[in-house]
Amino acid sequence: MLRIDIETCIGCGVCEEVCTFGAIEVVDGVAVVNEKCTLCGSCVDSCEAGALSIEGKDKAVQADLAEWSGIMIYAEYRHGKVAPVSFELLGIGRELADQQKVPLSAVLLGAGLGDAAKDLIFYGADIVYQVDDPVLEYFTDEIYGNILEDIIREQKPEVVLAGATAIGRSFIPLVATSLATGLTADCTQLVIRPEDGVLLQTRPAFGGNIMATIECPHTRPQMATVRPRVMKPAPHDPGRKGELIDYRPKAERMQSRVKVLRNVLEEQDQVNITEGDIIVAGGRGLDDKKGFELMRQLAEAVGGAVGASRAAVDAEWIPYPHQVGQTGKTVNPKLYIACGISGAIQHVVGMQSSETIVAINKDPHAPIFDVATYGVVGDLYEIVPKLIEKIKEKRG
Amino acid sequence: MKIIVCVKQVPDAKDVRLDPKTNTMAREGVQSIMNPFDRHAVEEGVRLKEQHGGTVTVISMGPPQAEAVLREAVACGADEAVLVSDRAFAGADTWATTYTLGKAIENTGVFDLILCGKQAIDGDTAQVGPGLARRLNIPYVSYVRKITGYANGVIRLHRLMDDGYDEVEIPLPGLLTVVKEINEPRIPSLKGKMKAKGLSIRTLNAADIEADVDSIGLPGSTTQVVKVFAPEFKGERAMLEGTVDEQVAQLVKKLEPYL
Repeated sequence: MLRIDIETCIGCGVCEEVCTFGAIEVVDGVAVVNEKCTLCGSCVDSCEAGALSIEGKDKAVQADLAEWSGIMIYAEYRHGKVAPVSFELLGIGRELADQQKVPLSAVLLGAGLGDAAKDLIFYGADIVYQVDDPVLEYFTDEIYGNILEDIIREQKPEVVLAGATAIGRSFIPLVATSLATGLTADCTQLVIRPEDGVLLQTRPAFGGNIMATIECPHTRPQMATVRPRVMKPAPHDPGRKGELIDYRPKAERMQSRVKVLRNVLEEQDQVNITEGDIIVAGGRGLDDKKGFELMRQLAEAVGGAVGASRAAVDAEWIPYPHQVGQTGKTVNPKLYIACGISGAIQHVVGMQSSETIVAINKDPHAPIFDVATYGVVGDLYEIVPKLIEKIKEKRG
Repeated sequence: MKIIVCVKQVPDAKDVRLDPKTNTMAREGVQSIMNPFDRHAVEEGVRLKEQHGGTVTVISMGPPQAEAVLREAVACGADEAVLVSDRAFAGADTWATTYTLGKAIENTGVFDLILCGKQAIDGDTAQVGPGLARRLNIPYVSYVRKITGYANGVIRLHRLMDDGYDEVEIPLPGLLTVVKEINEPRIPSLKGKMKAKGLSIRTLNAADIEADVDSIGLPGSTTQVVKVFAPEFKGERAMLEGTVDEQVAQLVKKLEPYL
């Protein structure tokens, strides 16, 4: 718990200001902590008088910490291809591995993998551990988790990264819990602190309103899932050499209590807004479902896909696969046109890295303009049809 | 079917802001609510009970005021409530949380099914459900959007994937995390509210669940927060001016490279 030395406390109130959670108040010239305290430690560092400390002994440091070395990524493979996020993981993984002067390995699981491992090597992997087995055709948390856990125990990488996809976010927590180590979800930035090799993992929280940097100081590996479309993929080098290891899991590790009967691809879910160069997105300002008809027309005129804010999806004007933002997809197209989107942080975190952002909104104070490259204030129902017309003229 | 539903009290995340100057969370008007995904988990538990019989116990780890979300769950049809609360639990990451919840659930006795929301809207980690299943050594399925059947101790369901869904079978005891599409949570009934009001909530502290003090709270956590800060944006904010036609003309010119 947070301990306040009332003899040392000068009641300056700095801690009260620093506390993000409203957990400290100065009462009668002395800081008092309440139950909102999350023991984040911000106040301890801020206290010039040195009156604050966090009590409770540090978690025991894992005995073999120094033996863990190397960067490992989980390469997701589905429906005959490596998921794009895997190449992004190789990109950040390569950077971290070069900084630490350690190898970068990839774990590739699936059925009928073909030459997928070679691609991983071309994109930066030094070693690929591959299990190609019909049992792995469908994803199951237990079998995928068992194999990854066993490879990690044998290879002892200091860092393990996976994509924050439906699959990664489902089975990586199982692996981390089995290994009794820390896991940070949905990271958008990863940096290794040179002094001690600790991975600083930055991620959005509270719907993107707050960023938090997390570390896993006492246990290995340091595990993180990484948001798709945030990291840059490593360059493709068809001359790159690496080692391919066919890993043989033990038979008892290939059992799952959960059975997958079949996988259904959904047409609406094939909307892949993360892959195009242009996205036209609509929000609450469209006022009703018909607004998306206009969005589709604009998207068609510019050759783009249709995205949406959470408000529009919650209103059931358009299905969830179109949602951009913290709880939807992260996109970084060359051009993002936001129509009637106010720019709540939870939306902005999903599209802010777009090259050019156009915002069309009737409210000149809408926060979307803060991230916009170009802003147009006005009625989108007046502006967008004219825009479509002009673009069509231009394109002939 | 004996069902346990895990619920969490969270600040309404859409109202949470960090003042970039002071690095302080603006907390005026931020309400504490039941994690929205957990409301769907409660509803699904109550529906399963209504169809197949049994009981629904809601459990929450949190400060004493988290009692409010337990009462809300009971008002919506849950039967019993357990609050896992101790100052020693403060600062727990998902690793320490799953340890604590696991011990508490072992303490409350046998169960067939545990339901959780897919994630909480404060941390958005989605790690507690799978981690808890591992602690209890039971199978689990994440992102469940539809339960299609239950027979002979096996639940059949649809699990949401990035590109569609999987049809899955899970034997009980097991754990499911649910997405919002699974159901429409009911409004508390008057009878439910009366029951919730009078309900005595069982409270478990660290000693009650025989927790190892090195595995709970901040000291038991594998991860630590180094810092929190407000996100930064890099917009150029070039506002176009003139009549609508003029603005559209300027915009089309600016967008030329993309057309």
